[in-house]
Amino acid sequence: MDLTVNIKTQQDNSILGVISGEIDAHTAPKLREQLLAIDTKSTNKAVLDLAGVGYMDSTGIGVIVAFYKSVIADGGELTLIGLSPRLKRLFDITGLSGIIHVEEEA
Amino acid sequence: MLLSQYLKYQTERNLYLGQNFSRHLVQKNITPEEVISIHKVALEEIQELGMTDTMIISLDFLTEFMIQYGLALREHKILVEQQESMNHEIELAAKVQNTMLRTKKPELDGVDIDFLSVPAGKMNGDYVYFQDDDSDFVGIGVADVVGKGIPAALCMSMVKNGLDTLGQASISPAYALDVLNRIVEKSVEDNMFISMFYGRYDNEESVFTYASAGHEPALYYCAREEKFYDLDESKGLLLGILPDVHYMESSIKLAKNDMIIIMTDGVTECRTENERFLSRQELIDMIYNVKDETPGDLAHSVFKALEKFQAFHQRDDFTLAVIKKVQ
Repeated sequence: MDLTVNIKTQQDNSILGVISGEIDAHTAPKLREQLLAIDTKSTNKAVLDLAGVGYMDSTGIGVIVAFYKSVIADGGELTLIGLSPRLKRLFDITGLSGIIHVEEEA
Repeated sequence: MLLSQYLKYQTERNLYLGQNFSRHLVQKNITPEEVISIHKVALEEIQELGMTDTMIISLDFLTEFMIQYGLALREHKILVEQQESMNHEIELAAKVQNTMLRTKKPELDGVDIDFLSVPAGKMNGDYVYFQDDDSDFVGIGVADVVGKGIPAALCMSMVKNGLDTLGQASISPAYALDVLNRIVEKSVEDNMFISMFYGRYDNEESVFTYASAGHEPALYYCAREEKFYDLDESKGLLLGILPDVHYMESSIKLAKNDMIIIMTDGVTECRTENERFLSRQELIDMIYNVKDETPGDLAHSVFKALEKFQAFHQRDDFTLAVIKKVQ
């Protein structure tokens, strides 16, 4: 399945990235490229909406972690929203929900 | 000659001779544009055809077109050669990996320990390590490096060296992960990390102590209750994300025929052809069906069942390690 990434700057200068599709070894490079293009210096809040993400493997986690590191290095914070129970479990098991703010889908 | 024969008699045999000739041309690296100019000369020689200048010029036009095809063909040949040499190098690396990271299962009275690790590709991103000495302790680490192939294998040797340096089977699992995290964090890129489950079995007290760095929870099988439990009390962050992490550890006492089953996400993230994920209950049922087999057979049986579940299309490295108290 294909991956689509839609990145917008919100009115409050925060960044919202809406991702849908599967994040695996095939699609992760594309996501990485798009997230790296975000200027994390000009914002202090980034939100990634993962409601449309049905599957993420460890390569996908790697991309999110790299983005998280770049956001906090510039003094910002990262929130992930719309996680399916399966994705929430993945972030819990990996201990990442302890350092990245995650919200399950409503 | 071939052309004039074919123009006179369009038989299978004449066509076949033409095919053979073309194969010969490919072998000799004759380019498509050269083939057209041979064709052109042949046409000019057969006078009864009465080739017009326009037709001849149109062949020159075609030759120009074919030059690009000729270039693509040469490029393709070079790529095939490069790929062959790369495959050869990967095979050598896989051999080095097998030798360097070879795991020998420990022998300890009263407990049977075995594992199975099957890579999806040539190189394994999963790793099983045993810490074994003359003491009553045995340590077992199961790690999964993000990604596959050569970078993963290089990362793995870092884990092995770290654990080799720690050196004692009696070492605390939480401490082992603290140390490994520091080593890994210093050496990997931002998008690399390792998940790892580390356990230590104390044969004297029959106590299994474990800590997890972002790894899939291990299963504990209680033989008396015939029930499985997730060992998820000591969750910790993946190795290599933050520099200073302190892991927690928990313990569980094993009775006769109790088992600890440690696996990687190649087991738990199994999917069918129709993208349906293996549920925890299905995995537990698979293991329950073969619970009386020896740990080595059990791991093989679960692998076989999962192969069937995912229609023999293994997407990720598979690793399953079993510790069973037999006395």
